Amino acid sequence: MHVKKRLQRCNFAYFATSLSAVSLILVSVVLTCSQPANALPAFARKYGLRCSACHESWPMLNYFGQKFKDNGYQLMNDRDAPIWQNPGYWPVTFRITPIWHRVSTGKVEIDTYSGGVVSGSSLQRVTSSGFDLSGLDFHTGGTLEKNFSFYVLPSSDATASFHFETVMARLDNLWGSPWLNVKLGKFELDNLLSEKRILTLTGNGGIYQLYHFIPVGDGNIFGQMGDNQLGVEVLGHSFDDRTRYSAALLSSNDGQVGLSYGNAYTGFFAASQAFDAGRAGVQRIGFYAMAGEAPTTWLTQGGILFQGANGTGPSAIGNKTFSREGFVGQFYFGPHVDLTVVTQHGEDSAWFGQGYGDLIDGIATANNTTGTTLPAGARNPTWNGVLFEPHYVYSPQLIFIGRYETIRMSQQANGPGSALPSASNLGNISTYTIGYRYNPFMTSRAGFAWHNEYNWLHQDGTAPDGSNINTSELLIGFDFDF
Amino acid sequence: MRTRLRKWSLWLGAAAFLTLPLASWAQLSTFDIETRIGAESHVGNITGHAKDAKADYRRYCVGCHGVLGDGNGENFPWVDPKPRDFQLGVFKCRSTPTGTLPTDEDLFDTIARGMDRSNMPQWSTFTKQERADLVAWVKHFSPRWANEKPGAPITIPPEPEVTPERIKAGRDVFARVQCWKCHGVQGMANGPSAATLTDDQGRPIQPFNFTEGARPKCGDTDRDLYRIFMTGLDGTPMPSFADNIKPDEAWDLVFYLRTFMRQHSKEKELAKQLGLKPVDPNAPAPAASGQQ
Repeated sequence: MHVKKRLQRCNFAYFATSLSAVSLILVSVVLTCSQPANALPAFARKYGLRCSACHESWPMLNYFGQKFKDNGYQLMNDRDAPIWQNPGYWPVTFRITPIWHRVSTGKVEIDTYSGGVVSGSSLQRVTSSGFDLSGLDFHTGGTLEKNFSFYVLPSSDATASFHFETVMARLDNLWGSPWLNVKLGKFELDNLLSEKRILTLTGNGGIYQLYHFIPVGDGNIFGQMGDNQLGVEVLGHSFDDRTRYSAALLSSNDGQVGLSYGNAYTGFFAASQAFDAGRAGVQRIGFYAMAGEAPTTWLTQGGILFQGANGTGPSAIGNKTFSREGFVGQFYFGPHVDLTVVTQHGEDSAWFGQGYGDLIDGIATANNTTGTTLPAGARNPTWNGVLFEPHYVYSPQLIFIGRYETIRMSQQANGPGSALPSASNLGNISTYTIGYRYNPFMTSRAGFAWHNEYNWLHQDGTAPDGSNINTSELLIGFDFDF
Repeated sequence: MRTRLRKWSLWLGAAAFLTLPLASWAQLSTFDIETRIGAESHVGNITGHAKDAKADYRRYCVGCHGVLGDGNGENFPWVDPKPRDFQLGVFKCRSTPTGTLPTDEDLFDTIARGMDRSNMPQWSTFTKQERADLVAWVKHFSPRWANEKPGAPITIPPEPEVTPERIKAGRDVFARVQCWKCHGVQGMANGPSAATLTDDQGRPIQPFNFTEGARPKCGDTDRDLYRIFMTGLDGTPMPSFADNIKPDEAWDLVFYLRTFMRQHSKEKELAKQLGLKPVDPNAPAPAASGQQ
């Protein structure tokens, strides 16, 4: 019996040792067989550069990638024009991410039943989990000729319902100067921390809250810097891209086609300067400012929303103002650690604060028609926010991501003189995101990342009972493109 | 049957015996390189250290230049011109005489300037320190740096004033040293030898076409052109003319070559006024200026 036990123990030890050895070998094989990592294969194929040349981790750009983008997706090596490419080259990449995720939302109002009929409701935490898909992106971009570049991105949601996320053509290096480039179409604003190149994928962590913040009850959807916008942009940069500026004139329609918001425009201006910091790398600081007008008065016909003439959508007037401004810093501490900081001060007109502005489900729930006045105590909602996003880049194939964002209302739309003054912290947001992306290979042909992420978001006072809401999401997926 | 098996075993054994040293040779080669990880570069008051460039090399350069710096990265089959083999220690863009090693500044400038009409971009995005580190990293691949010192940079005399006479003299130099054989009589890279040129690895290579508006690989200032004649582009068929033309003649040649270039220049204007004709390949070559 004793011997048998020893034998069993021996067998177990042997099994455990073998298992460890096999695991070690497998890990070693995976790690040693890993090839250096890649990016938008359409560009990588064209130039024979690895993803890691342009991306800190795909899709987030590094300094060289930003310069490539600023040059109009050109290396400026006199081989950028398509005439130099193999005629079979077709600059298309698709990207999609099959995932498993678990979403948990607190304090959701759920019906309670008694005897088979609804007897009331209670606040509950609702958790859902399962396998899912992201949307599908078809990226196509590059040059039509030297100094004529383009980018077209039809993008779908997870049900394959498509829209144009980006459509733009660009005239580059006008009069031979990198200081003058013009872009027309629908494009991402010149945010140094690009949301379209965000490294995270969860519902709340896959966007920058700072770029989409709308105070509780506010009707202004037009100041969302994270959404691609329709307009024209003039941008320029020094030869080495150390100094950059951009100025854009945009339609105030949050990137929606069809002239459905009347005649309102928004301006966006950004500038930044980079500094040489020895082995730490190149540091960059900059600022941005967005100021615009958007409508609050919807035209009606027979008392219902005017549906537009000559193919245009509903039309609106009564423009009111809004603004967003802040600073951006990208700080590198050697090849492995970096930190991006973005601040924002935002302000909306008091009219937006009272819910005037965008249509809700196609209905002008608040319409600033003649004779409408603001209620007593109505003020411009204002807020301040900050975002910290540190990365630890173990290698171009493995990056650890963290993010903390917080947005604090500094002035609520309904002040002390209001019939129902808002709590000073109503709508405040705090959110944390952590995760990592591992690219087991990277070539100039395709990209693949094993993505793991967790996001937690807290918002003050927005539960049905006026208490705070916590939401969390865990996501695991294969993010790939070809 | 047994005898046959034994024979096969013997053959396999012999094959293994022969191939294993090859594998160990490859490792030795890596080992050799690693012993030079302490390589340094000196650019101005910056000292670059090879070991500090490892991460940048892996991120930006290894896809073309390869882990061993032999130009055999994963993109080797797809890019043309082929990536430089750093193990050879032979570089096109130098301020030093042909056959010698370049200075650290030469490599430092090449990284920032890139190589036009190739897949080597302008890496001006690095900090100066990072670039100096990469220079040291490039040097650590070749044993030449351990055994030789870089050549002394050539002296470039001050650029003289452009005159019609100098442009005509430049045309004579162009004819005498037979630049047209590769570059063509109008600088269009279509000379009679153009199609036959190969680099030092035996790969086809094209001469520079002055008329298509591109920048010369080793810089596009007048001083850069002067330097190219006098140092040559090592590893390519472009020789050094330091022994064949005098400094003054080299400037004349610079001015004449400017007349081919698409960019507007004083030289172009003067050539137009002169009604300058391309050289005649069948005419006897003009004598050197000292022999007239």
